[in-house]
Amino acid sequence: MDGTTAQTETAALSRRNFLRTTAAASAGLVVGFRFVPQAPAAVPAAAAPFAPNAFLRIASDGTVTLLAKHAEMGQGIYTSMAMCVAEELEADWTKIKVEAAPAAQVYAHTAFGIQMTGGSTSTWESYEQLRQAGATARALLVEAAARRWQVPAAGLRAENGTVIAPDGRKAGFGELAAAAAALPAPQGVTLKAPAAFKLLGRGTRRIDAREKVTGQGVFGIDVRLPGMLTATVARPPVFGAKVKSFDATAARKVAGVKQVLRVPTGVAVIADGVWAAKQGREALAVDWDLGPLAQLESGAQRADYLQRAAAPGAPARRDRDAPGAFAKATRKIEATFDFPYLAHAAMEPLNATAQFKADGSVEIWAPTQFQGVDVMNAAKAAGVAPEKVTLHTTLLGGGFGRKASPSSDFIVEAVQVAKAAGTMPVQVVWLREDDMRGGYYRPRTVVTAKVGLDAAGGLVSWENQIVSQSIIQGTAFEPMMLKDGVDATQVEGLADLPYAVPNLRVDYHLAPAGVPVLWWRSVGHTFTAYVKETLVDDAARAAGKDPIDYRIGLLGAHPRYVAILKLLREKSNWGKAAPGRFQGVAIQESFGSIVGEVVELSLGAAGAFTVHKVTAVVDCGTAVNPDGVRAQIMSGVIYGLSAALYGKITFKEGRPEQSNFHDYPVLRMNEAPVVETHIIDSGAKMGGIGEPGTPPVAPALANALLAATGKRVRSLPITPEQLV
Amino acid sequence: MKLTLNGKSVDVRAAGDTPLLWVLRDELGLTGTKFGCGLGLCGACTVHLGGEAVRSCQTPVSAAAGLPIVTIEGLAANAAHLHPVQQAWIEKDVVQCGYCQSGQIMSAAALLGKQARPTDAQIDEALAGNICRCGTYERVRAGVHRAAELAAAKGGK
Repeated sequence: MDGTTAQTETAALSRRNFLRTTAAASAGLVVGFRFVPQAPAAVPAAAAPFAPNAFLRIASDGTVTLLAKHAEMGQGIYTSMAMCVAEELEADWTKIKVEAAPAAQVYAHTAFGIQMTGGSTSTWESYEQLRQAGATARALLVEAAARRWQVPAAGLRAENGTVIAPDGRKAGFGELAAAAAALPAPQGVTLKAPAAFKLLGRGTRRIDAREKVTGQGVFGIDVRLPGMLTATVARPPVFGAKVKSFDATAARKVAGVKQVLRVPTGVAVIADGVWAAKQGREALAVDWDLGPLAQLESGAQRADYLQRAAAPGAPARRDRDAPGAFAKATRKIEATFDFPYLAHAAMEPLNATAQFKADGSVEIWAPTQFQGVDVMNAAKAAGVAPEKVTLHTTLLGGGFGRKASPSSDFIVEAVQVAKAAGTMPVQVVWLREDDMRGGYYRPRTVVTAKVGLDAAGGLVSWENQIVSQSIIQGTAFEPMMLKDGVDATQVEGLADLPYAVPNLRVDYHLAPAGVPVLWWRSVGHTFTAYVKETLVDDAARAAGKDPIDYRIGLLGAHPRYVAILKLLREKSNWGKAAPGRFQGVAIQESFGSIVGEVVELSLGAAGAFTVHKVTAVVDCGTAVNPDGVRAQIMSGVIYGLSAALYGKITFKEGRPEQSNFHDYPVLRMNEAPVVETHIIDSGAKMGGIGEPGTPPVAPALANALLAATGKRVRSLPITPEQLV
Repeated sequence: MKLTLNGKSVDVRAAGDTPLLWVLRDELGLTGTKFGCGLGLCGACTVHLGGEAVRSCQTPVSAAAGLPIVTIEGLAANAAHLHPVQQAWIEKDVVQCGYCQSGQIMSAAALLGKQARPTDAQIDEALAGNICRCGTYERVRAGVHRAAELAAAKGGK
């Protein structure tokens, strides 16, 4: 490349924009909003007399059922989807029920073209679609009332589940449902102006709270079917290992064990419950052919990654001449970062239930984020056509990306076990140790950095070499998201660096595949935010400037960032912490939203510290449910802190060294800081909220620790030993 | 073996060393009590045994015979009258994915049985054994305080 020519094009569009662009460009993937003429075959014929579209059922008792296209995994999407529908339908909020939609193309993501929940996209992608669904149903109910009363529809209004005439006559939605069902769908409906919203934009309590506080919610692991058996699987101790032979004699003698079967992922022990399946598996003797990954050691991997980082990588961003400018810089910062593999460790361990029916169909029940992909993968594994697969989505006891598996690993395995077992339903349950050691981790990542400053402390050059396994390589997403050697998910947040720097270079190095890796709440931003926000803090310190002022000085082109930082300065009491308290700041844009956070902590003995408070300011464009936004920022912060303080999966002789919450600790209540969230309603394009709270917290913590101890930690997790 | 479960007597077939968790979930079909870790590390399986919060994954069913067992399904007097902790959880919008919440609620209810108005520190101590990966801790804490108020108001009637 000509080093003197400014080249601002980035090879790494953000994942969201990238997929949107790609989806829009591919004929057949553009879904947009359109009504299906009738409910698709996969939708069970509802008892409700009025099914105006694939999303809504209105029963004669006035109950409105929303068929939720997105999986509920804690993020509150059932509530915000119901709000969108209820707003335009003018429904009675107390009469709305939410059920998981079946897996069907009509429920495909409007930007991605497949049914899925992920990438912090659910609210913005379904916002118009569900409002349209509600508005159309309302128009039909109003028309039904107009015909009944022989008055013009234009004079009627709907309110709180009732259609009301100017003369005071009223009819409930339930009374009108059957008549509305007989009417043709209107050609176009007008959506409300935001000023007229009664629900959207107002804090609304969760619609799924009652079932979850009474133990009635059905998660995947709670599925119970007549004749159902339970299986555990003895999986390879090393990724890629194969069964050489096994002896099931003792396992078969365990009370409750029904069958012991070889399956593609290992050896399945099928029993009448989890306990017997677990005991049976413990009694099993398996001889493994360990394969090449048996040599994997975390320390050696670091050395290998560092060696790769020393050479140029695939260009993710090249603006002018970063190495040349760095050579001439007045002040130089050089750094090496090391981020470990991370397990998602959702509270509900992986599981899936499958049954081969006598008619050749396959039925599956699973806590999944990825229905569109799962149906195809399950059909292939079952050896049936996709139309023969019925997939029921249950509640998810946390997902964080693990339950959006491009290979549908945990669902495919259940299909394989059920297929081997016969025609009874089989639930494959992963024990915590299976879940923790089962891979699909956030990739281990090594990043090197060279940042150059001029005499005035201004940034003149910025360079990163990023080494990691690709999440995308080998998946169906490869043509869209792994281009010219750059995995877009592994450079997001750095290749689109918001800080003004004339010479910028970000290179990506594709490390050898092997350990299964996957998106983990906020994906590449989990480490790019840490690199970017600790480096800019180091630069501020080198320049002798206040970290917030310094950032603002580099963000002239980004007024939303500046507004966040200014509000954060005010709300966090920046620079005025009580004696013994230390603060650090970080800001990151991800998934269309920008979040700034200030961590406040105090030090204990021997490198110990306590995080007291996290102040967050979020601009997600428009907050559909501000209560939900606050809950997700709190959630993202705690999730990010768990990883920053404790999270690591390491390998010894090819085996993951961690197994359960004693050696993979996560934040507990006594360690949880107060999280105070402020929302800026900027009116910018709506962004996501499930993930963007996570990236800033680790660098903000590191920056507070730097302020407190003078120690800069660049190998995660942050341990007390690194601070003394 | 006979158990006293949620106020009723039930017969179970399981071997005595089977953890109560699996008897509840797999033999009796009470799936509100959750499996999280199997080692007593996460609290998702918390139930009341003789009024005490215990980890059902670490409690052999034989040890539960003879003592009243209460699970999340039996915590409320009836569907119309939720337990104060459950009511408070709804008011404070505590739950997210909800998977750990049966355990959080059972731990909180046991705490309130002993300590009518617990401090933050007492709450943290009593619930430190209950992991929530959605990070709802702050709202759990607020929920316990609210439940204490609701229980006091109820008791005062």
